[in-house]
Amino acid sequence: MQASSFDQFTGTEQYIVSADLRDAVNVAIALQRPLLVKGEPGTGKTLLAHNIARALGKPLLVWNIKSTTKAKDGLYIYDTVQRLNDARFGDGDVSDIKRYIRLGCLGQAFTADAQVVVLIDEIDKADIEFPNDLLNELDEMNFYILETDERIVAHQRPIVIITSNAEKELPDAFLRRCVFHYIAFPGRDLMAEIVHVHHPRLADDLLEQALERFYELRKVEALRKKPSTSELIDWLQALVAGGVSAEQLATKLPFLGVLLKKESDVEIMLKKGVNSTYARA
Amino acid sequence: MFLDFFYTLRRHKILVAPTEWRVLMQALSLGFAHTSLERFYTLARSLLVKDVSYYDAYDLAFKEAFHGITTPDAIIEEILAWLQDPHTLAHLTPEQLAWLHELDLEALRALFAQRLREQQERHDRGSRMIGTGGTSHFGQHGQHPKGIRVGGEGGQRSAVQVAEERHYENYRRDRTLDIRQIQVALKKLRNLKRLGAEEELDLDETIDQTCRNGGEIELIFCPPHKNNAKVLLLMDAGGSMMPYTTLVERLFSAAHKATHFKDFQYYYFHNCIYEQLYSDMRLNKRVSTSSLLHSLDADYKVILVGDAYMAPEELMDTGGALYYYHHNDTPGITWLRRIQEHFRAGIWLNPLPEGQWNRTTINLVRQVFPMYELTLDGLERSIQQLVRKVG
Repeated sequence: MQASSFDQFTGTEQYIVSADLRDAVNVAIALQRPLLVKGEPGTGKTLLAHNIARALGKPLLVWNIKSTTKAKDGLYIYDTVQRLNDARFGDGDVSDIKRYIRLGCLGQAFTADAQVVVLIDEIDKADIEFPNDLLNELDEMNFYILETDERIVAHQRPIVIITSNAEKELPDAFLRRCVFHYIAFPGRDLMAEIVHVHHPRLADDLLEQALERFYELRKVEALRKKPSTSELIDWLQALVAGGVSAEQLATKLPFLGVLLKKESDVEIMLKKGVNSTYARA
Repeated sequence: MFLDFFYTLRRHKILVAPTEWRVLMQALSLGFAHTSLERFYTLARSLLVKDVSYYDAYDLAFKEAFHGITTPDAIIEEILAWLQDPHTLAHLTPEQLAWLHELDLEALRALFAQRLREQQERHDRGSRMIGTGGTSHFGQHGQHPKGIRVGGEGGQRSAVQVAEERHYENYRRDRTLDIRQIQVALKKLRNLKRLGAEEELDLDETIDQTCRNGGEIELIFCPPHKNNAKVLLLMDAGGSMMPYTTLVERLFSAAHKATHFKDFQYYYFHNCIYEQLYSDMRLNKRVSTSSLLHSLDADYKVILVGDAYMAPEELMDTGGALYYYHHNDTPGITWLRRIQEHFRAGIWLNPLPEGQWNRTTINLVRQVFPMYELTLDGLERSIQQLVRKVG
């Protein structure tokens, strides 16, 4: 393997990636291990997988995890009800069990002709034992379908991206097999670049002032939900649309509701004497 | 220095598994992170540290191990030298020796030697940097989220400096009893019942009905199994519980995060339970104990947490409450009995070790509630008790 093959992913036009996240992605791809991404909400965990797929020109399969999701659902589902129904009404060949095996997300990824990107989104939502149940399949990239006595072996190891909101602790055995990255909240310089992607024609002084106020706001400990990247981008949109100038921003915080989604957080800021009145310049 | 890193990490409580260490070697042998210690810093972190609360410890260990180093060449050379004769390393445990044998040392050595040669050639030419070669617009803008440029050459701050800045100090969380362990224990606290919409195929019943129907298929559905367990957690927030605050908080957050309970309620009390409970830890928001008992069904499983260690009059007398603003007309022990009688299952978790339980009030409380140590073992046994009682 060439050293250069480590640098497959460098971000996309829509997705600015920090150097250490880029490295983590590339290590995971090169070592063919799942990449586990954690980080506060709004740091682009889910978007990452979409953009890896886009950057590498590979299809993306998304497996959204819910509290009721079982590990087996990602491999295959045996549709007994459909089979019974067909038996009753004489539709199709009931003796062919294969017709009633539906491959799940991982199953599809394994059987795909070309390498795909698999996103296992919010793995922490599932049962606490869920990650352990997937260990073997992710390690060996194959599984067994009991009903048809068939083994599904991955043609190509998919690139697996797993996100977690850090709500539940994940088992050690599972963690040991992953490449891990914690997406820290972007610093000012990186944030300026991210904003630039969304608002390419934003005036420098307005951006500078808006970022200043934004990071000030994030430092307020009392807030229950700190504003994240997407709120900042919406807010800038509102500022531009409302014709707010950098000078006004220095003393006021118009459209505070765009930044703070919780009523109580807005109240906290108003109590602190923040002026959120808006008057068109 | 590279091998010291392994032990330095372990000394900083980052228990790197041998398999993880091997994967790091593999990544290095593939030629990653050869010109840049910054890249080595991220590479090793992404492979060895799987929890952001250990990032700070990692930074400290990294600084300690690589102080004064700016490029990883020295590390690679050291690995190479070590691979010539891996057994020279003095303090290898049998476990580490075992995984050494698993490594295909010969292949690894060859790979490293080749990389090193390439590396030196590159240095002679002096212009090429590992990476995208700057052709990508975004590659050039690659930045550490805290504003440190990495992956470039010359003039930048070193990885050791990045480590010294300790960006992840606030994420630190030194733990003794793991939240996950508590969660796993709490998971056993369940009461499976068929609830909700009929959406699961009842195979036995379907076969039975189909037979009765003379082979005409009759599909029978039933509601899926759901956990019907409801939990009431009552925690002592009194002064003598101060040393155990983190332990109780951990139990609380594990129970709070558990998604499998049908309902979870929690209240605080001060030393002993009287007319009022509190819905906040600072004991500001009051809730009447008797109305709580009225509103909750008997099938709640009650977990009380406290040291049960107080002056006997606090437990046994009217007006014995230690809390200055409070006069209780009914002794605490009566309230405890009322709770015990109202609910079918209840237990008491005590953070004091069992050896210290021989005190008047603890013994009295033990007559009302079965008491267990607030340890993993005690928790597991108490949950067995809670589940058994419902039957």
